[in-house]
Amino acid sequence: MLDATPRDKVYERTALVSNPCKTCQPVGALYAALGVHKTMPHSHGSQGCAAFHRMFLTRHFKEPAMASTSAFTEGASVFGGGANLKTAVRNVFDVYDADMIAVHTTCLSETIGDDLHAFISDMDIPDGKRVIYANTPSYVGSHITGFSSMAAAFIDHLAEKSGKPSGKLVVVPGYVNPGDVRELKDYLGEFGIKYTMLPDVSDVMDSPMTGTFELFPKGGTPIEEVVATGDAAYLLALGSWASAACANALKRKHDVDNRVLDTPIGVAATDEWVMALSKFASSPVPAAIEVQRGQLIDCMLDVHQYLDGKRVAIAGDPDIVIGLTAFALECGLVPAYVITGTPGGGFEERITALLEQYNLVDKCWVKSEADYFELHQRIIQQPVDLLLGPSLFKQIAKAEDIPLVRAGFPIIDRYVHPYQPIVGYRGALRLLEAMSNAILDRQDRDCNDEDLEFVM
Amino acid sequence: MPGVLELEKPLTPQPADTAIEKVLDSYEAKVFKNRKKHMVSVDHTLDTPQEIAANVRTIPGMLTHRGCCYAGCKGVVLGPIKDALTIVHGPIGCSFYTWGTRRHKGRSDAGELNLVPYCFSTDMRETDIVFGGEKKLFKAIEEGLELFGDPKPSAVFICSTCPVGLIGDDINAVAARAEEAFGVKTVAFSCEGYKGVSQSAGHHIANNQLIRRVIGEVDEPPKTKFSLNILGEYNIGGDSWETERLLKRCGIEVVSVMTGDGSITEIERAHMADLNIVQCHRSINYIAEMMHDQYATPWLKVNFVGIQATIKSLRQIAEYYGDAELTQRVEEVIADELADIQEDLDYLKERLSGKTAALYVGGSRSHHYQQLLRDFGVGTVIAGYEFAHRDDYEGREVIPDIKIDADSKNIESLELGPVEGKYRLRFPEAKLDELKSNIDSFEYYEGMIKEMPNATLMIDDLNHFETEEFIRLLKPDVFFSGIKDRYVLQKSGVASRQLHSYDYQGPYAGFKGAINFGNDLLMCLYTPIWEMITPPWRSEPVLTGTIGGE
Repeated sequence: MLDATPRDKVYERTALVSNPCKTCQPVGALYAALGVHKTMPHSHGSQGCAAFHRMFLTRHFKEPAMASTSAFTEGASVFGGGANLKTAVRNVFDVYDADMIAVHTTCLSETIGDDLHAFISDMDIPDGKRVIYANTPSYVGSHITGFSSMAAAFIDHLAEKSGKPSGKLVVVPGYVNPGDVRELKDYLGEFGIKYTMLPDVSDVMDSPMTGTFELFPKGGTPIEEVVATGDAAYLLALGSWASAACANALKRKHDVDNRVLDTPIGVAATDEWVMALSKFASSPVPAAIEVQRGQLIDCMLDVHQYLDGKRVAIAGDPDIVIGLTAFALECGLVPAYVITGTPGGGFEERITALLEQYNLVDKCWVKSEADYFELHQRIIQQPVDLLLGPSLFKQIAKAEDIPLVRAGFPIIDRYVHPYQPIVGYRGALRLLEAMSNAILDRQDRDCNDEDLEFVM
Repeated sequence: MPGVLELEKPLTPQPADTAIEKVLDSYEAKVFKNRKKHMVSVDHTLDTPQEIAANVRTIPGMLTHRGCCYAGCKGVVLGPIKDALTIVHGPIGCSFYTWGTRRHKGRSDAGELNLVPYCFSTDMRETDIVFGGEKKLFKAIEEGLELFGDPKPSAVFICSTCPVGLIGDDINAVAARAEEAFGVKTVAFSCEGYKGVSQSAGHHIANNQLIRRVIGEVDEPPKTKFSLNILGEYNIGGDSWETERLLKRCGIEVVSVMTGDGSITEIERAHMADLNIVQCHRSINYIAEMMHDQYATPWLKVNFVGIQATIKSLRQIAEYYGDAELTQRVEEVIADELADIQEDLDYLKERLSGKTAALYVGGSRSHHYQQLLRDFGVGTVIAGYEFAHRDDYEGREVIPDIKIDADSKNIESLELGPVEGKYRLRFPEAKLDELKSNIDSFEYYEGMIKEMPNATLMIDDLNHFETEEFIRLLKPDVFFSGIKDRYVLQKSGVASRQLHSYDYQGPYAGFKGAINFGNDLLMCLYTPIWEMITPPWRSEPVLTGTIGGE
């Protein structure tokens, strides 16, 4: 596996990216749009864009990922995609009866300078229907930026202030799985907080088997709730890369205050989330949540001797990688390599600050805009005990015979994972189990017969 | 069995033409008019052959399954070539989506380069879009060749994505400069996603450059008497390996495969083989035709999906060479392979016979797999293609009648004459004429319709709405398609299998592959999970009345 990768040294590259740790904005915008009820994500680009994005999301979630396309041809690329968009909007409302179309742009429509605002203003949109858009050129940012832009676009285009405060908390969960969103909702429920989750992919990308396909499953943030966010009391954004833009948009537009927290992965980040909820609700932390925390700490103590000092390589999207790195450190693991593909946002500084708390800065190579090719070359030079990240790690895991614990996006070679959280104390418990099992399984596999421990 | 819950469904499937009418009825006038031409209720009793609209623009907003030109060029045709350094020039996404996800398996011996597990991109950023990306592309080629110095890539391929064509980066000029600077053949493929109307344009662009720059470069003759190239076989799930195993058993040498588990070093000498066999007609018939014009290589349309189809293909290949010993060996191999699977085949036939299938795949499989399904007694109710042309539906005889529209006109069509010293008639003209009249697949593809029974449906560029409607009206037991509607169908209670990726199983080619396929189909139809969908409390009362607090 990966036999062609040179093993003698790490080659410097500035122009060629190989085995990337990111993909393009539109897929993230499409995913975010699936989290608003009866909304059809629409890709304003070539057919291939929508085809690839739907394919990729389906491979991760093992669920349909519906989206329409402007189906650009060469003619549209020359004369602009206005006519294509107009036809598409008419057909999506007519044939598929969406309540809203959430258009995102692509490198194609951005390069030719299509003016979505002008196109949409000129359209006859049926009463009660809406068309919104986000600019998501593929040559800027990554899929995380695209998610963030679409989440902000919902606020920019829809949020209204009626003047009657709703007292609600808006929670922007970030680029996470439906299982994570459910977990976050459990916390909100424990505190009895009235909230709007935006976007909300639960009951969409984890919908049950009933024998009937629903083009628009029952989940997704109701559009009227998105509109009402202007009346909200406060907003909590989880993960600054994926969610801060949405928070800023609501502050700018309707002066709703916010706080941007880390994605609550691991003990400290979940503590922050819990305390933020406690503060918002002006109520003490419910006993049930404290029990969950205690159970997590109990298990971390139980298993710490197997994790302490083990070297781990962590890759994926910034918000998730920050969370995974923090939790790895809490468990006594030594992050040896930490990368993301997404550019910008001070990723390296954030990771370095985490490492500083444990005096591990010089033990770790941290890089944003990195790719798996370089990470592999570095692992060849100085191996690790564990890989933590998406399926894209799989080849390195096989090539170097290192156990892989899957977390983040995309996980395209395993099932069930989108239903399970990695956020919150229970999510951390799940990660702890997966990481310790991987290391213990490896010990069992590699040890001599006389060293096989019946009890561990 | 799936579908048991759908009590609101009509109890019997609707007749084909009624189904078409019902589906079209939901459309407004413009869409109605357009989509009507893409739907045919097969009727062989008519005086004139039926015509279908294909390879024309998709209506925006209809939830098509089609992909783009880049997907056809890089994703399909070039992706499997192991020893090429294929760099995608564009923003990161397009390269990312064709990384490791199409199951075109490739393996190399020690010391040979295999770049299939990698993806390479120039990851164009905003500044590259504004100021041009040529310098970055050149640098990327340099860096790639530095990484892979021993063994070196046999060629560098550059594939452009949408913005590249729009900002005017001249990838051909960069390719020429790089070839001169680094001494490695460098080929540019201008396969921007907006070209053409589907993946199909990309196949053509890839074919053109392979014939221009790769095929015919090395005159190393085959080692044995009976040699051929396999065209349009991408080794999904190992299909090519199974096909090659059969051919080798028969004593036939495979010079090159285009492009499954393929390599430049093999494809460069493809013109030395005595025959081209074409598996996927849509994606590679251009090379078959152009090699015929340049090197006088005859081609046969074959199909190694399906037991009877495989037998027919092997026999036609033997008939082409016209060698008694070869013919006998082919018969022995057929008999032996059949004997090997007979017990499994009988069992599968018994369990599967009488089921009905719907197929909606790319540009060949919807036809090929009908042949395989027929081996098990499974009939087809509906079949369609994502990106086929009329000849794939109706047969190559319609090619002269196909109207060239603006979208197709933009895809270069090469007119090539004989290459001096390399144009070599494999048989005298008279013998070739005789082969043409005796072998029905000799330089001819009959299309899908001729094998489809009356009152079955043939639909081009099937969209999501139509998929939902047709399964409701026609009630197929199983629907074969791709990843995008895989779970739509399953959630509707219809068994579904992917025919692009084989749901990560396979191979499905040849005799043994047919059994793999049959077992997978059986499994998906009869998994006990279908019976668990309705919770018991939905069909049995749980709450019973009590009297007076008892």
